[in-house]
Amino acid sequence: MSYEYPEFEYQRSPDQDAASPVRHPVVIAGVGPVGLTLAIDLALKQVPVVLLEALNTISDGSRAICFAKRTLEVCERLGMGRRLLDKGVTWKTGKVFFGDDPVFEFDLLPEDGHQFPAFINLQQYYMELYGIDRALELEEFIDLRWSNELQGIDPGADGARLTVGTPEGSYQLDCDWLIAADGARSFCRKTLGLEFEGRTFDDQFLIADIKTKADLPPVRRFWFAPTFTDAASALLHMQPDDVWRLDFQIGPEADAEEEMRTDNVMRRVRGMLGAEIDPELEWISVYRFQSRRIRDFRHERVLFVGDSAHQVSPFGARGANSGIQDAENLAWKLQLVLKELAPETLLDSYNAERSYAADENIRHSTQSTDFIAPKSAVSLAFRNAVLSLAKDHKFARPLINSGRLSTPTIHRESSLNTADGESWFGKLLPGAPAVDAPVQTQDGEGWLLDLLKGEFTLLYFTDTSVPETLQQDFRRLHENTIPVQPLVLGLNSGIAEIRVFDSQGFVAQRYDAQVGTTYLLRPDQHVTARWKRFDLGVIRDALNTATCN
Amino acid sequence: MSFIMPLNLDPKFDDPDGFYNELIRMHDDLSESKSREVNARLILLLANHIGDRAVLSEAMRIAREPLDHQTRFDSL
Repeated sequence: MSYEYPEFEYQRSPDQDAASPVRHPVVIAGVGPVGLTLAIDLALKQVPVVLLEALNTISDGSRAICFAKRTLEVCERLGMGRRLLDKGVTWKTGKVFFGDDPVFEFDLLPEDGHQFPAFINLQQYYMELYGIDRALELEEFIDLRWSNELQGIDPGADGARLTVGTPEGSYQLDCDWLIAADGARSFCRKTLGLEFEGRTFDDQFLIADIKTKADLPPVRRFWFAPTFTDAASALLHMQPDDVWRLDFQIGPEADAEEEMRTDNVMRRVRGMLGAEIDPELEWISVYRFQSRRIRDFRHERVLFVGDSAHQVSPFGARGANSGIQDAENLAWKLQLVLKELAPETLLDSYNAERSYAADENIRHSTQSTDFIAPKSAVSLAFRNAVLSLAKDHKFARPLINSGRLSTPTIHRESSLNTADGESWFGKLLPGAPAVDAPVQTQDGEGWLLDLLKGEFTLLYFTDTSVPETLQQDFRRLHENTIPVQPLVLGLNSGIAEIRVFDSQGFVAQRYDAQVGTTYLLRPDQHVTARWKRFDLGVIRDALNTATCN
Repeated sequence: MSFIMPLNLDPKFDDPDGFYNELIRMHDDLSESKSREVNARLILLLANHIGDRAVLSEAMRIAREPLDHQTRFDSL
């Protein structure tokens, strides 16, 4: 193995010796990428969190390996994006083959001026390990309890009483809010009797993560009907540490045990990478997948995030990446509700926004599955027709679907948005995450998203110094009960007292910005309202709309 | 040379996945022979809508092309 799994020591909590159950505002079940993201986001907002993990280590095997641009941006706000980027393999191109024939090549991020690439590949255990490191830096707010298994939930209207098993026996604790980040086989979901709704698929896929030196570029390769192995499709992805992800579609009837035997795996690996190759086998797994979700992500004081709430096929990398978006969506809402600055109905918007996102992800991943694993002769015929036309005729290329890779959901119908009252150019919409762009700051070249630090932010564009009356309005917003951080962006350099400016013109272009353009951004960096001119009254209205006040 | 290539081969769908999904869903619950029937009717409807024989001839040629290509190889 290229990786030593750390063991984290169980430590007795004072809660286990308390006379009556100790109450905590937030308990998160599950130390995966999603639970960790949420815990860190809450900790940075000074919300104390108890994190329960049944195991004393992180997940085995590489599992999720593709982390999308938005995930990296979220992680950067939480203080770990660059570390992920530095360790990960950056990629943005994909090649699609039909048999041995290359038919199509795509570029996921064809424009400049972004801090993070479209994707990195990185084993999930690194994501978790870096998250744990970050959580430990925030131990004033994060109480990480290893070998603490959630075994019982007694839900109520104002919280839940939890039973937690440890190596030294079980104890109880109370929480205002329980977050179920406990994965696809969620104990929380099962014990509350919540059913998944959606489809399951029969096809089986064999994953082989192998370690070998191979002289190949970091390009995602996908074969429909490969000739080098008897699989309906095959996928190759580069990971750090000379690890490669190979994925073979072995059909509904394949014998999983037999397929996982070393000699059988090796035959497929050598078929793809060459007879001379002699890799170490890191992680072998056979899986089937589902496209489904629970109906409501909120059940009174229990909130579901990530795989416990929704599952998708792996094509498109929409599992972990959408879970991270769940976490960033929930963190600020939970904080405002806990501080009694917003009503509990704000958390219903978490359900509305993220179940909409789950439906989008399920739709994409189901459509990819229909293309990759057609379920009828006619479906296969259309699929092969598209592939046979695509090499010579470009109209067919957009129909090829080897996985539509994760992009963040635009919550365009969210009740938290204030609808545009003016017309705007470009792709940015209320409900969309703010787009990154290079900026010049006092400290040198920087990135716009790095200046949006987890609070409501008012982005104001100007080409002159800010007059005193406007500065007073900015101060009022800053001192509001829900503070709004003003960020003045100079459209050109050399404006007195303007510390950030649009050095390359990307910001003005991406935000369709002119003098006076004003954006209200949520703590999760999503656009919630925008105007062509500043008006304190409408900004306050939009802030109230965005917080259910 | 566009005057001898009347068939538009540029991508035209805003939502290619939505189109493809509708095409595949049209065949839900149909047997193979029923699917062929449906496809034949669909082609006739679209052909009449296009109405231009030159366009249709070009499309028919391109649709056969991969097979004609294959046959040439097979007979070598």
